[in-house]
Amino acid sequence: MAQAAAGAKPPAPPRRRRASATPRRLPYLLIGPAALLMLGFIAYPVISVFYYSLQEYNPTKPWRNGFAGLDNFVRIFTEDPVFWDTLVFSAKWVFVEVGLQLLFGLALALIVNQTFVGRGIGRAMVFSPWAVSGVLTSAIWVLLYNSQTGITRYLADMGIGSYGTSWLSDTSTVFSAAVVADLWRGVPFFAILILADLQSVSKDLYEAAEVDGASRVKQFWHITLPHLKDAIILSTLLRAVWEFNNVDLLYTLTGGGPAGETTTLPLYIANTSVDAHDFGYASALTTVAFVILLFCSIVYLRLSKFGGENK
Amino acid sequence: MITKEAPAAAPAPAPADPAPPRRPKKRPAWDEVPRWQIYLPLGVYLVFTLVPFYWILLFALRPAGSASLVPWPMTFDHFEKVWNDRAFGTFFQNSVLVGVATLLMTTLVALAGGYALARFDFKVKRVFMLALLCSQFVPGALLLVPLFEIFAELQMINSLGSVIIAETVFQLPLSIILISNFIKNVPYSLEEAAWVDGCGRFRAFRVVVLPLLRPGLIAVGSFAFVHSWNHFLFALMFLNNQSKQTIPVGLNSLMSADSVDLGALAAGGIVAAVPVVIVFAFIQKWLITGFSAGAVKG
Repeated sequence: MAQAAAGAKPPAPPRRRRASATPRRLPYLLIGPAALLMLGFIAYPVISVFYYSLQEYNPTKPWRNGFAGLDNFVRIFTEDPVFWDTLVFSAKWVFVEVGLQLLFGLALALIVNQTFVGRGIGRAMVFSPWAVSGVLTSAIWVLLYNSQTGITRYLADMGIGSYGTSWLSDTSTVFSAAVVADLWRGVPFFAILILADLQSVSKDLYEAAEVDGASRVKQFWHITLPHLKDAIILSTLLRAVWEFNNVDLLYTLTGGGPAGETTTLPLYIANTSVDAHDFGYASALTTVAFVILLFCSIVYLRLSKFGGENK
Repeated sequence: MITKEAPAAAPAPAPADPAPPRRPKKRPAWDEVPRWQIYLPLGVYLVFTLVPFYWILLFALRPAGSASLVPWPMTFDHFEKVWNDRAFGTFFQNSVLVGVATLLMTTLVALAGGYALARFDFKVKRVFMLALLCSQFVPGALLLVPLFEIFAELQMINSLGSVIIAETVFQLPLSIILISNFIKNVPYSLEEAAWVDGCGRFRAFRVVVLPLLRPGLIAVGSFAFVHSWNHFLFALMFLNNQSKQTIPVGLNSLMSADSVDLGALAAGGIVAAVPVVIVFAFIQKWLITGFSAGAVKG
């Protein structure tokens, strides 16, 4: 691409940059602050996690600290059933959350992209949970799920379900209860991004399709969806990483319980490092989580052919 | 599609135009989006969205022990209690401080970095871009221990500075990518024209580019504010003095108390929600234009 253009055009005359006295140093000055912050507070911690993963490191048992080789990793894969449980739960959690959020978010974006009376206020209300934090979401749903004063009690008044049910402490309902709470906050994220991308679909395409008598359903499959493809791939990936990493909601809503039923891998790691102070082992778990995440992301981008065809 | 008649009507005043503009065929009746197909799903979804909000409002406003479904008689006791006895007044101040500082730092640093990426070719550009993308996969929650040690080394544990820095750092990568895309959308020739008119690079940027970046900056800035307002783990880990803590930490301690005071929890939740919901209501429009201009391109 670049070579073809260079061959076709005569070499451009050197551009005069009168205003930029020191353009050579300027870009480095400009990225300097960002680069320093990221080196110090992302790169260095990441490297130290890799380093600790090879160490026995526990401030409460300092006499055992020291180089441990691959012991931590061996322990993860051979002696730790909790690791596999949390990994399976993480996968289930991410898959269900991202899938449902995408589905509802797409539907919602298509609806509020129509022209109708009350669209502005409708959009604002539908999107508003986006701004609500994980902790606040937990607080709200703790109130809703409370067995004495929550919504179940009023549903029981109407004859639906039974009194005294607590969806958060029953192992058969806790997953759905947590999923619904996180959906409430997560759907608007997709709806906003997809709605934003819908604004850039060329109107001409729809007009042409209308001239050809294509139905709305056909227009959706052949114009809207292909246009949204890259945005959907990227936002599902970002969201999946985010859902995997984010522990705010589960930490405060269920605390990973009941009986470890809702513990994701990062939540397990946080508990291992914060409660058990087993930093070496937590670092090894982090390293494993990081590798899994990176691997899945690359596979996903490859399989979905991100940015293919039209670019 | 309400504007169906408009394109046909607009060219009419030009009488010299011989070929009538292409006019879409009239949609068959079965293909119109009936109003109920908009309002019914939207209404159902709104119930799902609004009932939780109503529920927390209800608990915050009705007296303790009441089981009424309307907040009447109304009381503000819970708010008073949370604000004074549970120190939410202090938490609120801290959260505002963290939010505003994160917003300013993120926007300024990302503006500089984004400009460099959009306008220059330089040696480490590709490496820098790659680092930005990779850092999206670094889970902040998993770096708590090393981050804690760094801030301990810097004597910044228990100071809001640690939380501000941590929040800013994890906001930066996405913000830089977004802002550099916004800047790429502003033609370079505009800036060059300003240089010819005798502006320096900085002045040209301020006068010509900056005003055009407004929707993008609002999106990025509000994103940073809302995230740092909401984020919980950094504050929980780095601040252990109650006078330094932020609202999400306060909410969490209300929730994890042995017997949860539901009224206080609800009132605390409202205090946490009001600023971001107000910010959100104002920026909602810019958010969509902002993202559609800068989000997923190149």
